[in-house]
Amino acid sequence: MSDDELIWRIAGGSGDGIDSTSQNFAKALMRSGLDVFTHRHYPSRIRGGHTYVEIRAADREVQSRGDGYNFLLSLGDSFARNPQEEAYYGNEEIKPLSENLDELREGGIIVYDEGLIDEEDVEAINLEERAEENDWHVFPMDLRGLAKEHGREVMRNTAGVGVTAALLDMELEHIEDLMSDAMGGEILEANLEILHEAYDTVNEEYDFEHDLRAPEGSHDTEQALLSGSNAIAYAAIDAGCRFIAGYPMTPWTDVFTILSQNFPDMGGVSEQVEDEIAAAALAVGASHAGVKAMSGSSGGGFALMSEPLGLAEMTETPVVLVESMRAGPSTGMPTKPEQADLEHVLYTSQGDSQRVVFAPGNIEEAYEQTRLAFDIAWDYQIPAIVIYDQKLSGENENVDVEFFDREPSPDLGSTLTEDELAEAAHDNSGKFKRFNYDDAENGVAPRSIPGQKGGRYLATGNEHSPVGHISEDPDNRVAQMERRIEKLESIRAELDEERDSTQTYFGPEDADYGIVTWGSSQGAVAEAIERLNENGHSVKGISVSDMMPFAEREVTEFLESVDEAMVVEMNATAQFRGLIQKELGRFGDKMTSLLKFNGNPFEPAEIVEGYEVNLADEDRQPTAQVRIEPAAGD
Amino acid sequence: MSAFNAIGEEREIDRDEYTPGVEPQPTWCPGCGDFGVLKSLKQALPEVGKTPEEVLTVTGIGCSGKLNSYLDTYGFHTIHGRSLPVARAAKLANPELEVIAAGGDGDGYGIGGNHFIHTARENHDITYIVFNNEIFGLTKGQTSPTSPKGHKSKTQPSGSAKTPLRPLSTSLNAGASYVARTAAVNPNQAKEIIKEAIEHDGFAHIDFLTQCPTWNKDARQYVPYIDVQESDDYDFDVHDRAEAAEMMRETEDVLNEGTVLTGRYYVEDDRPSYSQEKHAVGEMPDQPLAERYFDDDAEWERSYDLLERHT
Repeated sequence: MSDDELIWRIAGGSGDGIDSTSQNFAKALMRSGLDVFTHRHYPSRIRGGHTYVEIRAADREVQSRGDGYNFLLSLGDSFARNPQEEAYYGNEEIKPLSENLDELREGGIIVYDEGLIDEEDVEAINLEERAEENDWHVFPMDLRGLAKEHGREVMRNTAGVGVTAALLDMELEHIEDLMSDAMGGEILEANLEILHEAYDTVNEEYDFEHDLRAPEGSHDTEQALLSGSNAIAYAAIDAGCRFIAGYPMTPWTDVFTILSQNFPDMGGVSEQVEDEIAAAALAVGASHAGVKAMSGSSGGGFALMSEPLGLAEMTETPVVLVESMRAGPSTGMPTKPEQADLEHVLYTSQGDSQRVVFAPGNIEEAYEQTRLAFDIAWDYQIPAIVIYDQKLSGENENVDVEFFDREPSPDLGSTLTEDELAEAAHDNSGKFKRFNYDDAENGVAPRSIPGQKGGRYLATGNEHSPVGHISEDPDNRVAQMERRIEKLESIRAELDEERDSTQTYFGPEDADYGIVTWGSSQGAVAEAIERLNENGHSVKGISVSDMMPFAEREVTEFLESVDEAMVVEMNATAQFRGLIQKELGRFGDKMTSLLKFNGNPFEPAEIVEGYEVNLADEDRQPTAQVRIEPAAGD
Repeated sequence: MSAFNAIGEEREIDRDEYTPGVEPQPTWCPGCGDFGVLKSLKQALPEVGKTPEEVLTVTGIGCSGKLNSYLDTYGFHTIHGRSLPVARAAKLANPELEVIAAGGDGDGYGIGGNHFIHTARENHDITYIVFNNEIFGLTKGQTSPTSPKGHKSKTQPSGSAKTPLRPLSTSLNAGASYVARTAAVNPNQAKEIIKEAIEHDGFAHIDFLTQCPTWNKDARQYVPYIDVQESDDYDFDVHDRAEAAEMMRETEDVLNEGTVLTGRYYVEDDRPSYSQEKHAVGEMPDQPLAERYFDDDAEWERSYDLLERHT
């Protein structure tokens, strides 16, 4: 646990502007030269309830939410509707204060809005006593009153930011700039007045005994603050995707919304349709007609896409689907992350699956692998799925702007022009042999687009002949199956040989203990490995992205090189460990699982503790929130 | 050079161009009404000047789904009930394609019922032909959404307790701008109605009565048809929604009593199609999306121009 970092938590009710306020404050910290990482926690309701956003900022790379936090700005829940103690939701006004205390680090700072939170309620939670025990520095401020005086009470967020800046000894410059970008006129003036008065009040009226100050840093290049959903949406734009169809479902809605808002300006089409079966079928239809298209959903909606996914496989229609996981089964916990849809995505739909699945582990990988998904889908005429989760979808991280400086690729892959079609193989009646297996390279038979001269063929979800006629001829069946299966092997070869590895490695190469993870757990694992090595352990890690075709060679090499391994993932049934065993057919006795499925992502300390418990071979679970699933035979 | 030279090509088109070579021969039963749809389409397409390569036929599953196996256009044989979402998107991707969707009553009114309602509501500019034989054919004779009440089948052995769906009223109420019913045994009318539907700028729904000689021998398909436009007994204005609704109700009331009325029931000429509506609100580009990929001069926006708002 480092002292050189700020982890600022702003808490309130849903609808209290927690999101927008934190977004701006994170940007201000980034502009001041720090690396930032945000973590969003919210309930499945529109207004009220306990919600918070955490911003971790340091003068070094930050890859996860960190462990606990050290600054709480508690605004109170202004939408609290059940003030009676016996009510189901309890006394909600104070929830943003009372619900957050367990994770506040020793020596941390608490600012709460005494304009909204009653003193009696504060007494009831023994804040004073707990503060003394933990050496917390508590600052009750009438943020609501201050905001009301200069404008409207919703501006209490601004007052909170002003108080934060003063207590952390920050300059107001970046915060003021961001406010001017976002608003103008009287609203801006009122906000600036509130910001300054809050700032000055603290400086004039309080003595600080705490040590926490905003870290100082600088960036060599310009930074952008992006979420995983931003990265996926922007990758789709750069890949030449101009058609999206979807149905709203948290957290997939983020990608859908970003593209729907941007497509009209860039000549793209977005369709919100009646259900997810339709959504994926539309993406297939648009792709068939010659447009790079995508769809997506979260687990429940993706279940409905099983049919059109299989249709895309059989008709070899390229399409990219996004699956943004949340806790299941069924509707599960709509706003909480989990990595439990892996098997669902790998195996849904009937028959022998021919699809590509990538699982990016951070913002940059989300961008790169979504672009890769489009390239592979259109080159190989196969559906490609990007699987990520509510955590990566909603968290924000700073990314070097230069990272994005690359050319768009609106290339339709293995699609023929009319000139090429004229030279291509046709049957006696002049029909194009679109599913030709005679000279298919890498299993890919180039396609035509409806409307092209000389390209007439039939696409069908039934087994079909080279021109697309339904066929149950055994020889044709075998030839077509073998050709389609060959595509997946060719993709594996391309990923292995020609592309930079999409797997990410951590720690010293010669370490003798390995941690294996996938997707958004990557950041916490990376930090845990760093910490373990600093503490004298010998640990390295691999974060795997290629789920299908599976990163066989790289995972094999990694597991062979270590004595023992721990597989870290956010689910209860060790799905990824199961995939490794299925794909590699070995290592069952080498791999222990560290699992978390309580709705919150891993913190690095939990992984460190899991490692220690596992290594010491203790007969206990690391914490109440994390489970160890022993290796086979243990 | 355009990527789509087959689109808008003007030449004499021979009906035979729509017939595939030797293979495949239709697997429909002798006497099946589906032959009637195939024949009418082959007659109608050249007459409206559509070359095989500018037509995309999108079908569902069932006997009807095999239509584009025997019709040599660009074709997409999709999955049960899903022809419409695939067809809609193809039309949005390339509005210059002539998109014709087809399916059966189980396929289109049952499992695809939701898509049917929403496609009609949005008034996509596609033609939708539903082969209505009041039975599941290819799965061997189960009760369908249009089978009459009391219909006995292996899955409803005591006779169906369900009132049949009213396809015409349903599509009118959902928002289709062209609604007609025709029948396989009335080929001249069928051809004319298909031509009108293709030329109609909006969602054109044709409930196409197709007899099933194998599984639905009792159905009313063999009864002589009355063409509502030809008969003096049925005088109504096809452009008047209320009169059309009244006629549809009457037709659908008597269908299972042995009286079969066919013809055009509703034509709304001035309603913009979905892509026109979408264009009007700024959500649809001027040029067909699909063409841009073959246009070397197309300007592709870069996402990093959007990064400014994140810095």
